[in-house]
Amino acid sequence: MIDFIQMIISGIAVGSSYALMALAMVLIYKASEVPNFAQGEMALLPVFIAFMIIYSYGYSVFAAFFGALVFALVLGCCLEFAIVRRAKNSNVLGLIIITIGLEMILLGFVSWKFGADERVMPSFPISSYDSVMFGDFYITTIDLLTLIVALVIMISLFLFFRFSKFGVAMKATQQNETAARLMGIRTNRVKMVTWGISGTVGSVAGLLIAPVIMDPYMMWDPMLKGFAGAVVGGMTSLPGAVFGAYIVGIVEHLFGGYVSMDFKAVVAFAVIVIVLCVKPSGLFARHYVKKV
Amino acid sequence: MGVLLEIKNIETYYDLIYAIRGVSLSVAEGSITTILGNNGAGKTTILKTILGLIDNQPDKGTIEFMGHRIDGLDTEQIVRLGISCVPEGREVFEELSVRENLMMGAYIRKDKKGVAQDFERVFNYFPILAQRKNQWAGTLSGGEQQMLAIGRALMSRPKLLFLDEPSLGLSPLLVKEIFQIIRKINEEGVTILLVEQNAKKALEVSDTALILETGRFVMKGKSSDLLKDENVKEFYLGVRSQQSAKGYQRWKRKKVWR
Repeated sequence: MIDFIQMIISGIAVGSSYALMALAMVLIYKASEVPNFAQGEMALLPVFIAFMIIYSYGYSVFAAFFGALVFALVLGCCLEFAIVRRAKNSNVLGLIIITIGLEMILLGFVSWKFGADERVMPSFPISSYDSVMFGDFYITTIDLLTLIVALVIMISLFLFFRFSKFGVAMKATQQNETAARLMGIRTNRVKMVTWGISGTVGSVAGLLIAPVIMDPYMMWDPMLKGFAGAVVGGMTSLPGAVFGAYIVGIVEHLFGGYVSMDFKAVVAFAVIVIVLCVKPSGLFARHYVKKV
Repeated sequence: MGVLLEIKNIETYYDLIYAIRGVSLSVAEGSITTILGNNGAGKTTILKTILGLIDNQPDKGTIEFMGHRIDGLDTEQIVRLGISCVPEGREVFEELSVRENLMMGAYIRKDKKGVAQDFERVFNYFPILAQRKNQWAGTLSGGEQQMLAIGRALMSRPKLLFLDEPSLGLSPLLVKEIFQIIRKINEEGVTILLVEQNAKKALEVSDTALILETGRFVMKGKSSDLLKDENVKEFYLGVRSQQSAKGYQRWKRKKVWR
């Protein structure tokens, strides 16, 4: 029983970074109707920027992380403005190819600039071996930090979409772009900022993974698991994405603990298949489904 | 009364389809102007062209709003000048609450006090919306959605309001109510350009009327005159001019404007 609860705790901890990636992907999916496969790399580049700021310029971790998040915001906006928006009359397939292309460009850039070796995030205050005990259970400190940060981001996103005028305008744009334009909402700008916010949320996940593992391929796994979580949640619902990501994290850990460690990585995709068989629109899809 | 909106000879294409074939129109300040026409005549297209919703159109012609050219501007800019639109088929934000929908209507405004007043005003027009304030707009009935769409358009305090088939799919009773409210809105100083299929109602409420056929205006006049016009009666009001003893129409009126 202790093992079981321990596995669930670890699953939730890991699920937090998946949840951040899932949130980021759902934000973009709702704005531009494309699963953004460049999401991982949009987080990867800011992570290495943070690395560079610390390593080469000697700033503190906090300054570097702040700089990296600002960079992520700008990067997301730029990608939408410079590339995605330019795709005239694009269908979903075309946009997917564009995001895959972006992914390769960004990955190639990082590998070329920083090398493909594994790195260590310098002067990060928490070691990845520290852990906190709660009675019989432990959670590594960095996982605990991820969990808290993820919760803070989820709550602030919720408040943002619920109470701020711009957040509501983002929702309006996603639901009915023409009507939103008739309200005087600058929908292009809204989409651009959505990409920026999404990139920032993803980068938070990246920065929290970086102290544990840091190489150009570090974001692949969280991105795919986040995507899996988003699909499980229905791809259009932010709470759904979060729940889906936690489900993926927990199932993965339980499977790793009880069945087979070797196949742990593929469980997420088995979860997708099962969920899509039982409920094709995802667990949390809304009633008013307009988008295909 | 000054002229609020002046359109001169606009032509609009949807790719290769020649939809609007040289249309001129002027809307006087404070009036209700109505555009009548059959399905596919191009009524909605005129509104879309004015609002800049069709890319790179109008192909020819000019549109002036309060003396400034607005053709070629973005929709967002045009709306900010004081034109508001109730689109055909309501187009409310289904997954936003009624309150949020109205909030979006006031998106371009900065004065919080005035917005609060306008919330009151809209709830005054449509008390049912006040009851449904926190409900998703998608869960409202068709008539309530139409009211919400009108309320949302009023939230920006427009000088000119476009109404695209406000009676679409509503029961006769609701249609009556909506038209009463249209008149009330107009009396409070909002100029209205109304596009309708329901010719009788539209002619009763409006000051000036224009009849559109396949992208051209074929008739224009005071609404009260058009209501009495024989051609209009036959083709738009469904009044038969003459009946034989056997009960079918003996001859068909020719459209004199063709």
